[in-house]
Amino acid sequence: MRRRSFLAAAGASLLAGCNRVAESARGQRLLRGAEDWHRTAQRFLNPPRALAPEFTRADISPVFRGNGSINPANGDYQAHVGENFARWRLTVGGLVQHPLTFTLAELRALPQRTQITRHDCVEGWSAIGEWTGPQLSLLLDAAWLLPAARYIVFRCADELNGALYYESIDLLDARHPQTIVAHALNGRPLPVKNGAPLRMRIERQLGYKHAKYLTGIEAVASLDGIGGGQGGYWEDRGYQWYAGI
Amino acid sequence: MNRHAFSTRLWHWLSLPCVVVLFMSGLTISNAHPWLYWGEWGFAPETAWLAVPGFPDWMTIPGYYSLAAARAWHIFAAWLFALLLLFVWIAMLANRHFARDIATTRREWAPRAIAADLRAHAGFDFAHAGGKYNFLQKLSYGLVLGVLLPGMVATGIALGPGMAPSFGWLVELLGGRQSARSLHFILAWALFAFFVVHVAMVMLTGPWRQMRDMITGGEPRDAA
Repeated sequence: MRRRSFLAAAGASLLAGCNRVAESARGQRLLRGAEDWHRTAQRFLNPPRALAPEFTRADISPVFRGNGSINPANGDYQAHVGENFARWRLTVGGLVQHPLTFTLAELRALPQRTQITRHDCVEGWSAIGEWTGPQLSLLLDAAWLLPAARYIVFRCADELNGALYYESIDLLDARHPQTIVAHALNGRPLPVKNGAPLRMRIERQLGYKHAKYLTGIEAVASLDGIGGGQGGYWEDRGYQWYAGI
Repeated sequence: MNRHAFSTRLWHWLSLPCVVVLFMSGLTISNAHPWLYWGEWGFAPETAWLAVPGFPDWMTIPGYYSLAAARAWHIFAAWLFALLLLFVWIAMLANRHFARDIATTRREWAPRAIAADLRAHAGFDFAHAGGKYNFLQKLSYGLVLGVLLPGMVATGIALGPGMAPSFGWLVELLGGRQSARSLHFILAWALFAFFVVHVAMVMLTGPWRQMRDMITGGEPRDAA
């Protein structure tokens, strides 16, 4: 009996200890540090331009699940849906020499990349789809990044729990060949639940990095002062900024 | 009985909290999408091969539902766990602990010998004939060190999209990412089963002496 109560007490103090560690500033820094070790190790083991596996049409999942925002109600998004996104614009700005604005037709007229990839959600599920769109590097080269630019921030039209969604990646992922601004899924315009009319594909990271309902691409020197300062909607809520694991 | 090597004891006690944190934070991660699939993709509960029950807060790290915090714990402990495993394998091969104490001999695989060992265990007779461990002990330690623990690392690596460019072959070998996730889950519970039996065996074979030996190493080595 004594042994069992000892085990129960040990379990409870372990949990309390874990909670205390996680809530202290030093504990948080330590836990967040692991994210950096994973990024360093993954990038050491995977060359900068190494491609995520690509699949065949036969591998495509019958449905591509929508998650998070699946039908934004905020702003004038529904008006855009009504007009079939005819007035949708994508801006490329921030630390660039030539800020640019693209219509959907202009984006479709650029050289395109089509890739069949697996999408891994942080929750654990996966789906496979075929994505088409111009490479992000193409847009960044057209706008001329300034030397001070270190991160690319993605601005989105959808609000989740009262905050606008946003995401960010570093230049290594921004220049990766599979990082595209997708306007088509499985050969058709993006469905609303998957981010119509534009979403990012960041194939070597988890799903929440793949910003949907994309309105702006912004080059910045630091992520401080943007949203909650952690580099993304979910990052501001405790998730890892580097989502390769 | 031989002493437990310092490297073995260090690995054992440092790995214990890692495994506990990994298991309990893993239960939170399981709660985030409690369905398991085979193959590369899977997202719809109706196509799952297993609907995993939800785990209550007292079983999980943190002690409330937070996938973000659970992931932080999980990927932190995973590093220590994997490096410790690498360390103990190098140590076991270098000090011949594996070859001397854990590797089974052909004689032990004779059906009659296995039957005798099973009978002895069923009768709660855990004597070791000469060696450090008996046959079933060697088998379970070998399975844990050689299959379950490295299997956790391998299936874990296969889950990260950042590893897929260089380790796509591993994902394929495991049958796809969702198969890797299912195996990660199965191996975790196999380890839990080992943990329960392991602790029960310690309790049945003189827990204080066993604990003391695993901490201090045990009585001085005699000419074994």
